[in-house]
Amino acid sequence: MSIKVTLPTALARHTDGLKTFESDAANLPGLLTEFDTKFPALSANVKDESGRLRKFINVYVNDEDIRFLGGDAHAFEDGDEVMLIPSIAGGNCGQRRWLTLPYDESIMGGC
Amino acid sequence: MEYSCNLYELRCNECGKSFGNRPLSACDECLAPLEVQYDLEQIRGKFTRESVAAGPANIWRYKALLPIPEGFQPDLPVGFTPLVRARGLGKRIGANNLYVKNDSVCFPTLSFKDRVVSVALANAQAFGFTTVGCSSTGNLANSVAAQSARLGLKACILVPADLEAAKILNTQVYGAQLVRIDGNYDHVNRLCTQIADEYSWGFVNVNLRPYYAEGSKTVGYEIAEQLGWKLPDNVVCPMAGGSLIRKIKKAFGELIALGLVEPKKVRFFGAQATGCSPISTAVKQGWDYIEPQKPNTIARSLAIGNPADGPAAAKMIRETGGWAEDVSDVEIVAGIQELAETEGIFTETAGGVTTAVTARLYAHGRISPDETTVVCITGNGLKTTDALEGRFEESVPVKPKLAAFDAYIKAFDGNLDSLELELAGGAR
Repeated sequence: MSIKVTLPTALARHTDGLKTFESDAANLPGLLTEFDTKFPALSANVKDESGRLRKFINVYVNDEDIRFLGGDAHAFEDGDEVMLIPSIAGGNCGQRRWLTLPYDESIMGGC
Repeated sequence: MEYSCNLYELRCNECGKSFGNRPLSACDECLAPLEVQYDLEQIRGKFTRESVAAGPANIWRYKALLPIPEGFQPDLPVGFTPLVRARGLGKRIGANNLYVKNDSVCFPTLSFKDRVVSVALANAQAFGFTTVGCSSTGNLANSVAAQSARLGLKACILVPADLEAAKILNTQVYGAQLVRIDGNYDHVNRLCTQIADEYSWGFVNVNLRPYYAEGSKTVGYEIAEQLGWKLPDNVVCPMAGGSLIRKIKKAFGELIALGLVEPKKVRFFGAQATGCSPISTAVKQGWDYIEPQKPNTIARSLAIGNPADGPAAAKMIRETGGWAEDVSDVEIVAGIQELAETEGIFTETAGGVTTAVTARLYAHGRISPDETTVVCITGNGLKTTDALEGRFEESVPVKPKLAAFDAYIKAFDGNLDSLELELAGGAR
């Protein structure tokens, strides 16, 4: 089994410039363990004191936030694209809203 | 791509690392959001009530406390929107000392986004960007398109492909390049993060975000000045990413530190739609983290399910002794109508959220009637008229004859009388 991992430029300085790579990790904790050996500098950068992923990093699996998929327990599947992105306000507005009122899209912006 | 300035610089909120001034939104050590920090000692004595009063009637009167690069000549008269005493709304919801900060009439594109975009674009120019952009489906898109046109910058604005024609038009009219992305807003936003990584473009809400966010402070400066250089007891503020409410507090803190207002502990109250309420949920539950949500509300301008500033906003609200509430879509529409009917202010869905939450805060006794409370209205109802579709019946045309008009009015009044009787529980 193989997944494709993508990193933002900010993190690629810890992987000698590598921004995408293959991994055979079964889940997110497995991927972080793999960082320990493959990219120790990256591992030190993305983990907090307790060894968990820092709260300012969002993880997406095939465009879905991993927290909606079960987080650490989510099992990666062959061919999954896993993306790490620093969280910046701006967020998540993907759902179609409820349909009982005759409104459609409104204005996106954010306060 | 950076500039030097000894008055302010980017600093990491978490680890304190300094970054000077460059287009960057996250710390390279701990990945936390960066924020602009000022050397207030250098500003002390230069930023006074008198110096502000001598400035123009727009946000640039507060330029000394904004991250504006040296040599930038502000052009657009952004902000300085009315702070109106809301006696009508106050009477209806039991508030004796209520004010509305009305950014539904902000120049040039009728939302508070004009404030943040103007500060972001000043920095885009200083960094040498010739192309700017954003991810948006409305207010931000309008403002970036309009202000970049004025400054002669190219604008590339990314939106979800299923955006309605009217919203696309309201951005394209300014000559901006609008790219429809085959995906939802979340996809668009993440793509912008990646584009900012690869292209040398200034994305106002990505790599220019720390500067952009500072523009929100001007809401706080204006509230204080318009109250006669006094701070209110309470501020009620809509929350999406959780940035605006924090920046208003930051503004009040700076004014206290510089001696322009007396120190006061202002309580902050956050407003969200129940269909997207990660911050109000965190406040109510006492969490120091945010559980992301999938937005499902008509208040699309507040529909950020995973707000990066959410944990900090929730913490700040609790520390001030404030609270957060969220309201249903039905209450949002009622809030829009209530503000329009009592104050003559037509706000967008986000303003409906804020108005409805304010009413609930008074009803639940979280705010006392005599306290000075400012409600922040951030956008214009003309941009979300679809939210009111079907709310008003189309009247039957009346013949252009006085007798026909008399008959119409009598019938209308009769209907009103019977409606009032019905509501009172009577019957005719």
